[in-house]
Amino acid sequence: MNISVKHISKSFKKIKAINDISFEVKEGELFGLIGPDGAGKTTLFRILTTLLIADEGVASIANFDVVNDYKKIRNNVGYMPGRFSLYQDLTVEENLSFFATIFGTTIHENYELIKDIYTQIEPFKNRRAGKLSGGMKQKLALCCALIHKPKVLFLDEPTTGVDPVSRKEFWEMLKRLQQKGITILVSTPYMDEAELCDRIALIQHGKILQIDTPQEIVKHYPKKIYNISSDNMHQLIENLKSYEHYYSVYPFGEFVHYTDKRDNFTLQELQQYLESKNHQNIIIKITKPTIEDTFMELAK
Amino acid sequence: MKNESVIVVENLTKIFGSFTAVNAISFEVKKGEIFGFLGANGAGKTTAMKMLIGIGKPTSGNAKVANLDIYKNTENIKKNIGYMSQKFALYDDLTVKENITFFGGIYGLSRIQIKEKTVSLIEELGLQDIENELVGSLPLGWKQKIAFSTALLHNPKIVFLDEPTSGVDPITRRQFWEMIYKTADKGTTIFVTTHYMDEAEYCDRVSIMVNGKIEAIDTPKNLKKLFQVNNMNDVFLKLARG
Repeated sequence: MNISVKHISKSFKKIKAINDISFEVKEGELFGLIGPDGAGKTTLFRILTTLLIADEGVASIANFDVVNDYKKIRNNVGYMPGRFSLYQDLTVEENLSFFATIFGTTIHENYELIKDIYTQIEPFKNRRAGKLSGGMKQKLALCCALIHKPKVLFLDEPTTGVDPVSRKEFWEMLKRLQQKGITILVSTPYMDEAELCDRIALIQHGKILQIDTPQEIVKHYPKKIYNISSDNMHQLIENLKSYEHYYSVYPFGEFVHYTDKRDNFTLQELQQYLESKNHQNIIIKITKPTIEDTFMELAK
Repeated sequence: MKNESVIVVENLTKIFGSFTAVNAISFEVKKGEIFGFLGANGAGKTTAMKMLIGIGKPTSGNAKVANLDIYKNTENIKKNIGYMSQKFALYDDLTVKENITFFGGIYGLSRIQIKEKTVSLIEELGLQDIENELVGSLPLGWKQKIAFSTALLHNPKIVFLDEPTSGVDPITRRQFWEMIYKTADKGTTIFVTTHYMDEAEYCDRVSIMVNGKIEAIDTPKNLKKLFQVNNMNDVFLKLARG
């Protein structure tokens, strides 16, 4: 196991940020921690990167204990925190050689690993980091986290605040790094990114709701979900919520995701109910559950 | 009623030196519509929105917001709109009640109106137990709901929302969109700027800005059909990557 977490808990004053979390990440795996702001993702990252000590439990990275072997871990992991934390008044190149020097290496020595990413920001290598665009900052931060050739890479919300084009490019970079044998633990509040991971842990209020592959997680959704739409979204939600057989009703883009308490019912019955409430252009069709549906069902 | 336009933009342009941030954009938004204003980082969204809310002067072009001219009536525009952003919404070191009172004052409500609004808002959101708690101690989801309600205190014709639900947990996000639908159904226009495409899926219509220009404007459904993809994220990628 490349990352092993057993019964880790951490509190800040009255708030239990991490509540008895356990999971394992295999060598070469791309593992996602999926959860909203305040779920405990950053606290967990800080514990695993030896920046914070847990109240309870044990954890190891590449077989090194996060408390006793913290120096060895620091040489073997790369960490990209959620907040941009490079030196704003150093240039791109200066930042990179600074991090290389700290780890006793050179840009040249491990250039192969960062080449793909670094060539995209190389034209700006004399620009100060503070003057880079969001997408470029993110690429520089990733280069700095990789410069000492870590075995395990920790990425805390790398795509937050990034537009869809840069987001897609970033995930393509992660896949290439994974192919080079690096184990990756990445966190994100975006459920659509969960599908890009090998396995995921859904996390909320410091607790893990479920761990599995994205495909298995949606398979376990207990109900049939229907996409429903009509001309008046607000009334549609209100009416569905006062329908006696409703189990859950959530707006979901242009549709409402509806589940029914009953295992068997006719769609005609539901259609008639909505017609009786004066809805026009009613569409009801079955749809597949998403990671987000599963998350909501588990978090209920 | 739905055919009345509350935002009319014609060839709106903003040039900074040699850089054209907003390049002759034109569009209309109807009363009660939920309109998504989308674009990548640096596409010109913020510059365009600043002109619409009366805090940025256009280089050329015309626009009316709530029937008010954006060159001549900027102060009146501010009285007719609400604004809420993910980054700044409420004061963390004021209580829930104090925030409502404060924003009521900013929006020019009378003392009596503020009192009445505070009571009804606290009741509607079920905040009785936490009305005297500091906003900073509340979960993000609650802050977002309170912020949205305070942006509506003065019954504005249009509410501008800047990335309203990014980072919020999925259930709270749904509750938030239910509030938006309800508000729109009462006739208030909702103008959402975001680069999160899952927020775009909820809008009645969206426009997508690329390099200062509006490259597409339609319902999410029609855009998905047009680009033959399943979600707005892929629509965006096709447009922005060419």
